[in-house]
Amino acid sequence: MIKENKPNLSQDEIWREPVNLALFRKPQGKVHVIAERCKECNYCTNYCPNEVLERSTNTNSHGYHYVQVKAGKESSCVNCGMCQTICPDFAIFVTEVQ
Amino acid sequence: MSIEEVHPKSQFLRDERLPHIWCPGCGLGIVLQSYINAAEKSGIRLENHVLISGIGCTARLPGYANLDTYHTTHGRGIPFATGMKIANPDLKVTVISGDGDLFNIGGNHFIHAARRNMDLLVVCVNNFNYGMTGGQHGSTTPPSSLSSSTPYGNIEQSFNLPYLAAAIGASYVARWTVMHPRQFTKSLSKAMDIRGFAFVEVLSPCPPNFGKFNGFSDGFAEMEFYRKNSVVDNEAKLEDVSIDPHHGKQIILGEFVNKRRPSFIELEREVNRRAMVVEK
Amino acid sequence: MLPPGKYFTDGNFAATEGALYGGCRFFAGYPITPSSEILERMSRRLPEVGGHFIEMEDEIASIAAIIGASNGGLKSMTATSGPGFSLMQENIGLGMITETPTVIIDEMRAGPSTGIPTRVGQGDVMQTRWGSHGDLAPITYSPNSVQESFDLTILAFNSAEIYRQPVIIASDQVIGHLSEILTVGNPEEYEVIQRLTRKKANGNHNTFSYSDDFIPMFVPGTGFRGNVDSLTHDEMGYPSNDASVEREMLEHLLGKIKRNETKIIRFEEYMTDDAKVIVVAYGITSRSAKKAVKNARDEGLKVGLFRPITLWPFPEGRIVELAEKTRKFIVPEINYGQYSHPVREFSRRETEEIHFPPGAIPDFKIILREIERSFT
Repeated sequence: MIKENKPNLSQDEIWREPVNLALFRKPQGKVHVIAERCKECNYCTNYCPNEVLERSTNTNSHGYHYVQVKAGKESSCVNCGMCQTICPDFAIFVTEVQ
Repeated sequence: MSIEEVHPKSQFLRDERLPHIWCPGCGLGIVLQSYINAAEKSGIRLENHVLISGIGCTARLPGYANLDTYHTTHGRGIPFATGMKIANPDLKVTVISGDGDLFNIGGNHFIHAARRNMDLLVVCVNNFNYGMTGGQHGSTTPPSSLSSSTPYGNIEQSFNLPYLAAAIGASYVARWTVMHPRQFTKSLSKAMDIRGFAFVEVLSPCPPNFGKFNGFSDGFAEMEFYRKNSVVDNEAKLEDVSIDPHHGKQIILGEFVNKRRPSFIELEREVNRRAMVVEK
Repeated sequence: MLPPGKYFTDGNFAATEGALYGGCRFFAGYPITPSSEILERMSRRLPEVGGHFIEMEDEIASIAAIIGASNGGLKSMTATSGPGFSLMQENIGLGMITETPTVIIDEMRAGPSTGIPTRVGQGDVMQTRWGSHGDLAPITYSPNSVQESFDLTILAFNSAEIYRQPVIIASDQVIGHLSEILTVGNPEEYEVIQRLTRKKANGNHNTFSYSDDFIPMFVPGTGFRGNVDSLTHDEMGYPSNDASVEREMLEHLLGKIKRNETKIIRFEEYMTDDAKVIVVAYGITSRSAKKAVKNARDEGLKVGLFRPITLWPFPEGRIVELAEKTRKFIVPEINYGQYSHPVREFSRRETEEIHFPPGAIPDFKIILREIERSFT
């Protein structure tokens, strides 16, 4: 229903830029994985808001398909820290890219 | 290990002992990280934080924290901590243990510590069953739950822990889940500054036991359950915050109690001052 | 502290004041007959000397609290009797495996179960040795007078500090409640071992050492960052499932007592030099036994008394020596035969048991009759 009533405008036409936008930049993060600690619980892959992470086809020495950054998504991390906070295994963390 | 593989919290961990013993999807690692973050923020010297536990999966948690840590006997974390706190009041003593340890075998000690307003922070990681021994039911297992010792469903009523703690007189009572790590961390940090008995319950998945028996395919499914079925209500009537997912009840989270009454250490100090005068 | 002088008082009073002399600054307990007077006196005395007292919800909590307090840096103790002592067993094991100095006074009363709370017994002797599960090397003292209740309590605190483990005083209802003269000397006459503590050195924070019998404890809050564990652990205190770690740990726990046995063991002998028959008795029974031995000597019978002051470790070496020139041992006890077992095992001599039912002080005439029978 809502979809039908939506004005037929493209994103560019409705988008209004804040006047001070130039002062801000989207934070960028780098994901680090300690593969040996990963237990494949999938919390980070599921809760990453930008869907940056996936399970590797490789396994670590304990037999778990550890987490890795998806190919082509290397610069999509916004350094929100959700993966680090939700990881029960201290296996993933992010650092800010300046 | 290359430089970039050192976890930012590694100085607070006994890094050489990782990976830990907990199952994939277990929330205890999140609890440990939240505790570390809270201790860091608490404004109390890190050396003064002492972590004490009883027995069980949760009770292994202190062993991974790079603090002064004590792993005691089943159910006896609170009386052990009571002795240590009285003997050494400068310490910030936290007891982290499971629901079985704190409320089944150790239930008596919990109610007495809360009654005394003993200066302790007690964190109960509630996974609704005995995880380490294979998922038997306990006093926190929700009604109708299946477990390895309730194959026909649990017929017992479970403890409503925040209601219990508040009724006995705890100074601080809160409940979160490991799906709410930021709120949980903030709550822990606040509880560390409480003079008196502070109690924080945190719900955590137990994928191979409680989860498996009760229709959660993995830890993520249980985490999603917490995400979708939890509401935060700090003003909730505590008699209504029991956990009963099998009968469609929402899980109520929040910071329920934060009140001030003189703590045991404060009162003891006062009495001892009077007694010393008698001696002179 | 109790001023030097002579006091006409009971064993519970003496034990309390002895504990304070020994440096006790933390008491947690639960009222139980016949040891309640210790708890009551502690509640008054400890705050006066800058210590801490707490009455816990049960005996399990009491012993957990004193082990916690000792780890927190204070010398601690509790006092109890049979039923409470049974409840404490698991955490006595905790004290052993975590090498925590503390003192437990067990005033034995008639059992089993609730038994006769106000009457004497000696049925906890084996429990002080084997009560907690697993292999242990406990130190147990057995006072037989009000004076010894005072002296041995100081000694128990010293042994606890030196050997870093719970030390048990197996007193009994009669010793706790009987009044006689207690002589307290000047404080400087009593050697008191102070708590030694350890700081983190060169980044080294091993909680335990299996090569050193006497490694001091660390105190929390000093940045040591040690782990103390009730699981089988290595020197770092980290848990291990490895049987070789279990062996290393146990050989340390048992070995530190075994290697120092001669320093720990205490006993008293009366006319044993030429004795052909030796009565082995401890606690209140030893006083009846001494009278029986005296009377038998008057009759010309070559009999002696051996009184172990440390029930455990067992004075094996001395019993073996005595057995060489003795043909028979007589072991009177207020139970149905407990201490007679190691006496028989180590002496390899005929060992007669005299069973006094718990509830009354042993009649010396029964012991005397048994001595006389041995010479006919």
